[in-house]
Amino acid sequence: MEIIKEVNAYTPVIPKKKYSPVKEFFKNWKKQKTAFWASIFILLLIIIAIIGPYIAPYDPYEPDYNSTLQGPSKEHWAGTDEYGRDIFSRLLVGSRISLGVSFLAVFLGAAGGILLGLISGYFGGWLDRIIMRGSDVMFAFPDLLLAIAIVAILGPGLTNVVIAVSIFSIPSFARLVRGSTLEGKETVFVEAAKSMGASHRRIMFKHIFPETLGSLIVFITMRIGTAILAASSLSFLGLGASPETPDWGAMLSIGRDYLGTASHVVMMPGLAIFLTVLAFNLVGDGLRDVLDPKTKNE
Amino acid sequence: MEKLLQVNQLETQFTKDKEKLKILRGVSFHINKGEVLGLVGESGCGKSLTSLSIMKLFKGTSGEIAGGRIVFKGEDLTHRSEREMRKIRGKQMAMIFQEPMTSLNPVMKIGEQLLEPIRLHLDLNEKQAKEHVIYILKKVGIPRAEEIIYEFPHQLSGGMRQRIMIAMAMSCNPQLLIADEPTTALDVTIQAQILELMKQLQKEEGMSVLLITHDLGVVAEMCDRVAVMYAGRVVEEANVFDLFESPKHPYTKGLIGSVPKIGQRKDKLTSIKGNVPDPSNMPKGCKFAPRCNDAKAICFEEEPNATDLGNGRMCSCWMFEEGRENVYA
Amino acid sequence: MIPILFIVSILIFFFTHLIPGDPARLVAGKDATLEEVNIIRAELGLDKPIWDQYITYMSNLFQGDLGTSLKTGLPVSEMFADRFMPSIYLTFMSMGWALLLGLLIGTLSAVFKNKWPDYLGMVTAVSGISMPGFWLGLILIQIFSVQLGWFPTGGAESWKSYILPSLTLGAGIMSMLARFTRSSLLETLRADFIRTGRAKGLKESVVIPKHALRNSLIPVVTIAGLQFGFLLGGSVVVETVFSFPGMGRLLIDSIAFRDYPVIQAEMLLFSIEFILVNLIVDIMYSMLNPKIRYAS
Repeated sequence: MEIIKEVNAYTPVIPKKKYSPVKEFFKNWKKQKTAFWASIFILLLIIIAIIGPYIAPYDPYEPDYNSTLQGPSKEHWAGTDEYGRDIFSRLLVGSRISLGVSFLAVFLGAAGGILLGLISGYFGGWLDRIIMRGSDVMFAFPDLLLAIAIVAILGPGLTNVVIAVSIFSIPSFARLVRGSTLEGKETVFVEAAKSMGASHRRIMFKHIFPETLGSLIVFITMRIGTAILAASSLSFLGLGASPETPDWGAMLSIGRDYLGTASHVVMMPGLAIFLTVLAFNLVGDGLRDVLDPKTKNE
Repeated sequence: MEKLLQVNQLETQFTKDKEKLKILRGVSFHINKGEVLGLVGESGCGKSLTSLSIMKLFKGTSGEIAGGRIVFKGEDLTHRSEREMRKIRGKQMAMIFQEPMTSLNPVMKIGEQLLEPIRLHLDLNEKQAKEHVIYILKKVGIPRAEEIIYEFPHQLSGGMRQRIMIAMAMSCNPQLLIADEPTTALDVTIQAQILELMKQLQKEEGMSVLLITHDLGVVAEMCDRVAVMYAGRVVEEANVFDLFESPKHPYTKGLIGSVPKIGQRKDKLTSIKGNVPDPSNMPKGCKFAPRCNDAKAICFEEEPNATDLGNGRMCSCWMFEEGRENVYA
Repeated sequence: MIPILFIVSILIFFFTHLIPGDPARLVAGKDATLEEVNIIRAELGLDKPIWDQYITYMSNLFQGDLGTSLKTGLPVSEMFADRFMPSIYLTFMSMGWALLLGLLIGTLSAVFKNKWPDYLGMVTAVSGISMPGFWLGLILIQIFSVQLGWFPTGGAESWKSYILPSLTLGAGIMSMLARFTRSSLLETLRADFIRTGRAKGLKESVVIPKHALRNSLIPVVTIAGLQFGFLLGGSVVVETVFSFPGMGRLLIDSIAFRDYPVIQAEMLLFSIEFILVNLIVDIMYSMLNPKIRYAS
């Protein structure tokens, strides 16, 4: 737009102070109010995931047949389930499963995808073609269906959920990293490093990879939200955690039968999943605005 | 001579992060009926913004008029509502832009885009409107107009697209045509053709043109009078002969001195030292003082007002303010 | 597209055979003797080498034979017959909601940028993306079926049975499209030709739909197509929540029983659907974009 050009034309901004990317990041991060509070929420969740079993007011596995399906009260903040177990305690303990499964799955998927993407983008040629054809084939299966298929082959269980979710994350990471590698390969400083005889591995990991870090962090954050949704969907379908585990998706799956009589059994774990995924998405949005101004979402 | 448009002490500002930033700081000039006024200056001086301010095309930006007056055909437009402005835009004043490549909608047929202002402002039925489109296209020298109306902008060259833009602007017989760097993005040969076309249409229709450009060659070719802008203000206004003959303002002198002349060998082109000031950090006093070779103490203290030098010449420089003897003594 | 489909079919075939458990024993039942199991294995062709089985499978496939369900003993194509269309209706209805509401919310948000409709729209959108489909479905059932009694809790008997499942399934894509429409529209609104439109004296109510939205639609349609796979995956969950007699629920039931001919056929069908939709998107993309339309 013309007007913006006009304003910018005036401003030859010369940074005078020493530039510190970390300081700069935190300064901008505090301006992202929603994302800032969402990141505090995630931090709290991580702490809960670690100390959950120690602060849970009740034993999450111990049935209490005298108080089944009770609504939220002073004793049971989130009510009790069909065995009289305290839902709040189960949620606290279950946070470790939900976060653990999704973190592990995304990091495994990211590691695989980054490696393949770097190789594919950097070397090009037949390696690139094979890797990209492979990801095309994987993309031919919709995300969740691919995970369902993998769990169908490997059998139900949390370990297999991790494997399934990480496998379906690989191609999108590979594409992202390949794209920015292709871009990074052309930059002047990579040319310079090459001309000085740096090794392929050094150029890939020291020069190109750090450049993609910004968009990668954004993508990982968003992907964790997706992974939590996928993992809980699998548990809900009975393909993930076994019913007695306090996994949020599994808790919700069982609660379905009591929807008419005790809806809190469904609502509470659902709320936990929703808020967690929401927080990751909000942080992802905020990170994108701060780290990845190219794809800024206004 | 009758004045068609009078811009008086116009101030336009933007708001960013709750801070207001004035880009136009009291722009004054006028355009007579049937004349071509050139508005010149370096990029960033507020030329384009002046044209957008006259049309009040601020939608989608934080821009607003903060002071001064815009008088068009004797009527004050400054406080006109958006609704009233829409009746003026495209009908009484029309505009063509710098980028013919991006100024036309890429997914609409040429004919559709030309029909829009005609259907909006002229009382014509569908058939008459279409005939009018063809007529106007022929007038701006578009060959096979009957076919072109079914084509998309990307199928045409830059020069053709600019002709389409001119046709669109001329379609409702505006009294004022604002042309914002209409030839900057075009090849030199095409530039000449477009300028020729504009000149011819202007003569035929007797309309007034506000021609915004940074190209003094275009000014010499096209304009009757010139207003020179610097840092959000008009610093000199004169007819085109006087301006080239004897520029008064040091900035104008610098501008003219930086253009090579044919037949005149110079070892060195003069250039204006320094940069355009940042609007959020304007110097005190005359905004040109830091770049001016003749700047005196007062130039850094106070901004000069426009002085009438007679014969329709205006200049804002301490050299011509009353009491200059004191300053330059 | 054909080579990808070919590879996909091979992958699906081989991987379904990796599903643990012996199908022949499953069919024969718990009490069957080893001999009986072997007879059944031969009947099913499972004693032949796997590539032999693949060739048989593919040649049957081209004759319209998708195999026979191990669980019901019915031809798979027959099982699909009354489940396929409801699932298609459901998917398309979801996409319809998603496009309608997504474009509406996105446009309002862009037009009223940084005002309350924008905040409301974007809060809705980010919530929609973060909401687990099964939870949203159960909430809708709780409110509209259990408490208000407006819609049935499940099945696919009348159009009413489709409303809640399609809203649930479409919510995620709707949210994505809303966000995408907003940013795409904001970008278009900064374009020069928008200024041209305004300079003609056009109203915002003409500039936005006629000039801006038409240009913004191009990337939005692409995204909608890419997200179609999300619908196919989501349909498995939503059909389970709403006890909807469609393809998705059949898949889950078949996985539980290791009914691999059905799983295999379903996976193949889903992939074909997905690839087909992407092809349609490519065509629509070129239809919306005259630059591409006239280049070819």
